[in-house]
Amino acid sequence: MTAFFAALLYLATAVVVGGLAYRTWDYARTPAPLKIPTTPAPVTRGGVALRLLREVALFESLFRSNLWTWAFGWIFHVGLALVLVRHLRYFIEPVWGWVAFLQPFGIYGGFMMAAGLAGLWARRLLVARVRYISTPSDHLMIALLLAIAGTGLAMKYVAHTDIVAVKAFTLGLLYFDWQPLPPDGLVYAHLALVALLMLIFPFSKLLHAPGIFFSPTRNQADDPRERRHLAPWAARLDP
Amino acid sequence: MAADVKAPPLREFPGTPPPLAPDAMAASKPYVATDKMQQALGFPGALDDGWQKRALDKMGELLGKYRSLKVYLDACVHCGACTDKCHYFLGTGDPLNMPVARQDLMRSVYRRHFTLPGKLFPKLVGARDLTREVLDQWYSYYNQCSECRRCSVFCPYGIDTAEITMAGKEIMDAAGLGQKYSNEIIGKVHRIGNNLGLPGPALADTLEGLEEDVKEETGADVRFPLDQKGAEVLLVTPSADFFAEPHVDSLIGYAKVFHASGISWTLSSHASEAGNFGLFIGNYDQLRTIAMRIREAALELGVKRIVVGECGHAWRVAYSMWNTLAGIGAGGDDRFARILQQQLDSRYKQPMHICEFTHDLIGRGALTLDRAANDHRVVTFHDSCNVARASRMGDTPGGQFEIPRAIIRAVANRYVEMAPGTTHDATFCCGGGGGLLTDELLDLRVKGALPRMEALRQIADGQGVNFMATICAICKAQFTKVLPYYGFKMGMVGGVHQLVSTAIRLGAKQ
Repeated sequence: MTAFFAALLYLATAVVVGGLAYRTWDYARTPAPLKIPTTPAPVTRGGVALRLLREVALFESLFRSNLWTWAFGWIFHVGLALVLVRHLRYFIEPVWGWVAFLQPFGIYGGFMMAAGLAGLWARRLLVARVRYISTPSDHLMIALLLAIAGTGLAMKYVAHTDIVAVKAFTLGLLYFDWQPLPPDGLVYAHLALVALLMLIFPFSKLLHAPGIFFSPTRNQADDPRERRHLAPWAARLDP
Repeated sequence: MAADVKAPPLREFPGTPPPLAPDAMAASKPYVATDKMQQALGFPGALDDGWQKRALDKMGELLGKYRSLKVYLDACVHCGACTDKCHYFLGTGDPLNMPVARQDLMRSVYRRHFTLPGKLFPKLVGARDLTREVLDQWYSYYNQCSECRRCSVFCPYGIDTAEITMAGKEIMDAAGLGQKYSNEIIGKVHRIGNNLGLPGPALADTLEGLEEDVKEETGADVRFPLDQKGAEVLLVTPSADFFAEPHVDSLIGYAKVFHASGISWTLSSHASEAGNFGLFIGNYDQLRTIAMRIREAALELGVKRIVVGECGHAWRVAYSMWNTLAGIGAGGDDRFARILQQQLDSRYKQPMHICEFTHDLIGRGALTLDRAANDHRVVTFHDSCNVARASRMGDTPGGQFEIPRAIIRAVANRYVEMAPGTTHDATFCCGGGGGLLTDELLDLRVKGALPRMEALRQIADGQGVNFMATICAICKAQFTKVLPYYGFKMGMVGGVHQLVSTAIRLGAKQ
C-alpha cells in the first residue's frame, strides 16, 4: 500500500500543480480586449488589489447577495484554510512556531468545514432555485469534501492514527526517502479522497480559485478615459 | 396596449422570488433576421449545412480572444447567488432566466466540446452537444437577457452573464441565426447613419423645426447646429432624441444648456447616433466600425470636445470602449490614438457625458435655474443599468449615481429615492435593453419591468411620485410602452435634461 499511495500522491501532486499552472497560464495569455469592470470600481491598480483581497478574504459580493450562502461558504473556506495550516506540520520539521500555535484551531477548522458543507448541501437540496441548477457533479463535490473532512475528524475522535508514522511517510515523500504508511483504513480513505480531489481540481469548478483573480469585472481598474486599453489582436485592427 | 399581454401582479414589497415556472417563456423569441440583413453584416444568411461547425469554430475563436468568456465558463460553482437577481426571472419565474441557468445553456456545450470531463462524462457534469434544439433554446433565452449586468454585481467571481449572452449572439450570428431587430438596426447605421434611419436632410429639417419650437416657447434663439465645422463640442446622442417622445425634450434641454453656456456645439449627420448595437450582438468588428463614425466626425469637424447625450449603453461604449475602439479618450501612445487625442482638449474628460457637462456648469453658477418650474413634479431617478454598472461620471467611483441626482436636485424641489436594493449599482433594468426593444417581445418586456414597477408603485402611492427621470433612450422608450400595463401614465417617464429644460431660464444672467 505504501508504494501505491506514494505513486498516487506523486501523480495527484503533478496533476494539480501542472494543471493549475497550465490553467493560470492559459487565463493569463487570453486577452481581455475591452474594459468591463463592474462599476463602481477602483480607479487605481492598488484599489483593484484591495477589491480582490476583499472578495477572496471576505466574499464581499456574496455577502451582498445572499447571507446564508455567504455564511456557509465563508465558514467552509476559513475552516479549510485552518485545516490546511494544521496539516503543514506533516511537511515541515521542525514545525514552525505559528503553525504549532494554530494547531488547536485546525480542529475547529475541521468542524467548520463540515458545518459549512452541510449548510451548502442543504441549500442545494432544499432551495428550489439552487436545486434546479445543481448537476450530479455539484452534489458529488460536496460529498467528496465532506468525506475528506469526516475521515479527518474520525482519525482524531474515533480511531487515533499513528501520526508520527504518517509524518515519517509524508516527509519521506518530500525527500524521496520512502517510509511505510501505517496500515490504517481511515488513513487510506483520507489520502485517497484527497488525491481524488487534487486530480479533479484543474478540470472542475474548483477553477474558481484561480479564476477569480482573472475575472475582468473584478480585476480591471476603472480608468478607460485616461488609458488606452488594447489587446494585441485588437491593436492589429488600428489602421 | 396589446390585448394578449398582461402585467404580472405586483408582489408585496419587497418581493420574494417567484416559484419556478419551467418553460414559461420557452416560446418567447424575437423575429429572425432575413438573409439580406445577415449578409449586410457579413454573417451567413441562414442555418444551412455546416452551421454547427461554424458555431463551434466561432466558440473556440471567442474562447481564445475573450478572457471573460473562458474564465466565466470555468469558474461558476453553481452557488445560486445570482438566481434571484435577474428582472426577467423575477417577472417570469422561468428558471432558465436565472443567470446561472442562462449561462449553463452555453456552459453545457462548452463542457461537451471543449473540456475533458464533458467529453468523458457528459451526464455527470451536465454537458450537451450543440444540437438544433439546444441552439433554439439559446435563441430563445439569450434573447431574454438585456445584458444589464445586475447578476455580475452579486456573483462572488464577478461572472457577467452579459459576456455569455453577447458570445451567444455572436455564435448564433456566425451560425446564420441572427436577431432581426438588432441586425436590421446595425444595417441602418451603416446605410443611413443612425438607428432610426433618419437621413441627413430630414435631420436638418427636424432640427430647424426644433429651433422654431424653442423660439416660440422661450423667445430665445436656441440653435441646433448640424455639421458645424470648428464648433467646440461635438454632441453625439441617440437618434431617438431627434423625434421620439419624451426623448426630444431632453435634446431641447441639451440645446438650452449649450445656449446658456455660450459654448459652441454641433451635431453630426455622419455620426447622428450614439447607440452602438454592436455591443448587444457581441461583435467586436461591428462595435468598432460603428464607433469609428464618431472618430471620423470629430476629425472632420475639428471639434475640441466630444459630449454624449442621454443613452445608457451608448455611454457604456463611449466611456469604457471608445478609447479602445476608436482612440477617443486620453493616454494613447500610438499614432492612431494621437491623431485624434492631440486635437481634443485634454483639459476636459474625453468623452464627456452631458450630465457631467451640465453638472459642471451648475457648479460654476453658469446656469440660471428656476426649481419651482418643476414643482408640479415629484421626481424619482431610475439608474440605467449600463450607466450604473458599466461606466462612471466625474472623478470618483459612484459619480454616475451622484451627478444625475445632483442635477435633478438643482432643477427640482421635490425628489424621492426609490427603495434601496433597486437603485445605484443594484438597479433593475427597465426590461427593454440589450436589443430586446421590439414589439414581438412585448410580453417579455412587460414582465421584465416588474421589479422596477414595484419599486415605483411604492413611492408613487406613498409619496406621490409622478415623474421618473432617466438618462437612457431605451429606458425612456421601454417605460413609455410598459408603464400603462401597470396602471401608470406613459408620460411619467422622461429625461434628466427634460427637467433641466423646464427649469432653465435663458437670456442674460443677472
